[in-house]
Amino acid sequence: MRGLRTLSAATVATVVAGFALVFFYAPLDADQGFIQKIFYLHVPLAIAALVGFMVAAVHAIRHLRTNDPVHDARSYVSIHISVIFGVAVLVTGSIWARASWGKWWVWDEPTLVSFLIVFLLYATYYPLRYAIEDRDRQARYASVFAITAGAFVPLNFLAVRLAESLLHPRVFATAEGGMPGSMWLTFGVSLLGIGLLWLTLVRFELVAKDTSAQLSRLRRALEGSPRPVPAGGESRPSTPQPAPDLQANRAV
Amino acid sequence: MPALPLDEAGKYVAGAYLVFLALVLVYVAIMAAKLQRIQRELRSLAALADERRGGGAER
Repeated sequence: MRGLRTLSAATVATVVAGFALVFFYAPLDADQGFIQKIFYLHVPLAIAALVGFMVAAVHAIRHLRTNDPVHDARSYVSIHISVIFGVAVLVTGSIWARASWGKWWVWDEPTLVSFLIVFLLYATYYPLRYAIEDRDRQARYASVFAITAGAFVPLNFLAVRLAESLLHPRVFATAEGGMPGSMWLTFGVSLLGIGLLWLTLVRFELVAKDTSAQLSRLRRALEGSPRPVPAGGESRPSTPQPAPDLQANRAV
Repeated sequence: MPALPLDEAGKYVAGAYLVFLALVLVYVAIMAAKLQRIQRELRSLAALADERRGGGAER
């Protein structure tokens, strides 16, 4: 829980500052006009989601090396939040596509389809994970998946950059003049805000899982210890325990 | 000349930012529900601990 309040405050301040810059400071794009404002939300969300998938892979490597469930929990939560961000990327991208191209989705555009493939790949993480009952095997298989899929993310990004884009604009293109400083500043603050939001949500989720795990341990300890027998009756049988959540006892 | 006039583009931009806001709010609501569940659990554990302490004192 340490620093979570500060992190949350910094996230709110940065996101609000970023959005204020988007609407009151950044100039209108000469080509796209007002619709380009979606870019300051859509691109940082995409970057945060993809980096989050790679962070999950790093935690998965640490889990396989140490067999510490904390790293498994971090990997799981990183993927979880990145998938949520992925939904936002797809929806905001579709809205932009509708306004800019007149279509909600374009199937022959490599940038869109590759992101969808990455998103669907990670969507299979949950059925894979929860199809395995044994907790150790579940964590190990999930880590292997996170590493394999995590390695696929930069390769996929590279392939898309090398491919010829048909319609999707190149954000970090050095040709054609690129963005002016005011747009870069706005983009930088938005990216920082969305990055902090990703980190805050991950920390929140880990704190929630840690608290649930601690409560389960406390309940087991309280119900497992010998009870004083009330006069004239037997002690109440302990209630059946639900399957414990991720063992994130030291996750935060 | 921009691709869309401001009045036309405005609804799409508003839609995109509202979708983002809605996702964050849904997440906050889910976390609030989790927090309530944890609070209920903690109350029941506190009651269990009190019951034990009371039973122990009687004995």
